[in-house]
Amino acid sequence: MAKTHVTTTINGEPTEFLCDASQTMLDVLRDQLGLTGSKEGCGSGDCGACSIMLDDRLICSCLMLAVEAEGKKVETIEGMAHGEQLHPLQKKFVEFAALQCGICTPGFLVASKALLAKNPNPTETEVRFWLAGNLCRCTGYDKIVRAVMEVAAEMRETAR
Amino acid sequence: MNDIRYSAPHTIDEAVGALLAAKGTGRILAGGTDLLVQMKAGMALPGAIIDVKNIVEMSAIEDKGGGAFRVGAAVSGARIGEHAALKKAWPGVVEAINLIGSKQIQGRASPGGNLCNASPAADSVPALIAAGAIVAVHGPNGRREVAVEKIQIGPGKTSLQPGEIVVSFSLPARPAGSSDAYLRLIPRTEMDIAVVGCGVSLTMKDGVCTAARVGLGAVAPTVMLVEAAGAALVGSKLDAEALEKAAAACRAVCKPINDKRGTIVYRTKIAGVLLKRVAAIAAERAGGR
Ligand SMILES: Cc1cc2nc3c(=O)[nH]c(=O)nc-3n(C[C@H](O)[C@H](O)[C@H](O)COP(=O)(O)OP(=O)(O)OC[C@H]3O[C@@H](n4cnc5c(N)ncnc54)[C@H](O)[C@@H]3O)c2cc1C
Ligand code: FES
Ligand code: FES
Repeated sequence: MAKTHVTTTINGEPTEFLCDASQTMLDVLRDQLGLTGSKEGCGSGDCGACSIMLDDRLICSCLMLAVEAEGKKVETIEGMAHGEQLHPLQKKFVEFAALQCGICTPGFLVASKALLAKNPNPTETEVRFWLAGNLCRCTGYDKIVRAVMEVAAEMRETAR
Repeated sequence: MNDIRYSAPHTIDEAVGALLAAKGTGRILAGGTDLLVQMKAGMALPGAIIDVKNIVEMSAIEDKGGGAFRVGAAVSGARIGEHAALKKAWPGVVEAINLIGSKQIQGRASPGGNLCNASPAADSVPALIAAGAIVAVHGPNGRREVAVEKIQIGPGKTSLQPGEIVVSFSLPARPAGSSDAYLRLIPRTEMDIAVVGCGVSLTMKDGVCTAARVGLGAVAPTVMLVEAAGAALVGSKLDAEALEKAAAACRAVCKPINDKRGTIVYRTKIAGVLLKRVAAIAAERAGGR
């Protein structure tokens, strides 16, 4: 069957690709566009390793069809750092050793950034609740949660 | 997952046309959080996918005043949770929808998908039944309106006819002193399937309950309206006796499955326990008992 031509914006860049209606956004990001930062942990919405922003909304790219990106704004982990300049969340994850194998990290970073955009002053419970859709089998979560809380505090300080 | 025809029409009539043209192989796509999981598991093999999110009526929340709202079937849980007026008027409906999955799932999951996937454990459905939501269904013969409890007819089965699409949910206007609530029991604190789910919507006047509806999920092949439980609350001050009568009515309609999440005995008992707790929360929100 003929492929569908999709015109979209990914990390601020106008992007075009061809895909089958059965392909997920995660498939196209990783296998066609070379954006392999988003990971496939489960493919069923449970682990959050594939988290992206679609029109400013946090979603699982494994549960989105690539054809749905037409005319939309997609943001992935690749858009988080500015060149060599890491995002404060990325820096703090490194500093606090909030990662071990790193498979879950892109998803946690994208989800944490979405949280802080909506709630700059989250409680620990709110952080844990927000990140409940991101699974990590290495860190035990504590370092991740503390990193997010710390960045939130620093960002509030800078904003003052 | 091959050779699927995808379309994203802007009108309901086009969507109905595309669904009919697919001759039984068409599937509606809202948030895709059930459909894509089923496609990946090989449980759904659609020949056509009709994405309804471009249809304005299905993607809008309309405040009609006096507590009445019309919520598009394809609106995401995240958007519903951000609608302050809707949350104020129908806190139970909104909390039930917001319990679906994680933040990522909330970004896409819709009440229409939750209802039409027809899981007996669908979290939004007991609350929508308690609310007395009316569903607008559009099909080849135009529009019909039906009570939300008439849509699910069995696990994975709905009463929708070929070519029919759920367009929106209408929540009725309600008198002062009305509110609602939803609770589910799950073994974890987040991200799990309800062992029992219970929604209650009621109206209190001078400490007396003047109207009440109860929806009960995960204890039978479909989510159910428990009329006898609502009736047991009406006319009472929600005293222990009335609550026990309503709880008994809930237990009486339970025909649950036995599985690793809960035995028949356990689910049946919990149905009564939840009814009492949910009624208390709804009454509290309605301005006291
Ligand atoms: C990780 C995860 C966690 C979840 N947790 C929960 C939970 O806690 N509670 C819960 O209840 N559910 C849960 N779900 C299931 C799912 O997210 C919900 O049922 C959700 O509401 C489905 O909505 P959707 O818009 O994504 O549906 P879709 O997948 O788009 O559609 C679901 C089905 O309904 C049909 N359909 C959709 N819209 C319409 C319409 N308007 N008219 C006619 N047919 C239609 C589709 O063809 C499909 O068959 C979870 C799913 C995942 C992946
Ligand atoms: S890969 Fe998408 S949620 Fe696990
Ligand atoms: S660091 Fe290995 S899964 Fe999280």
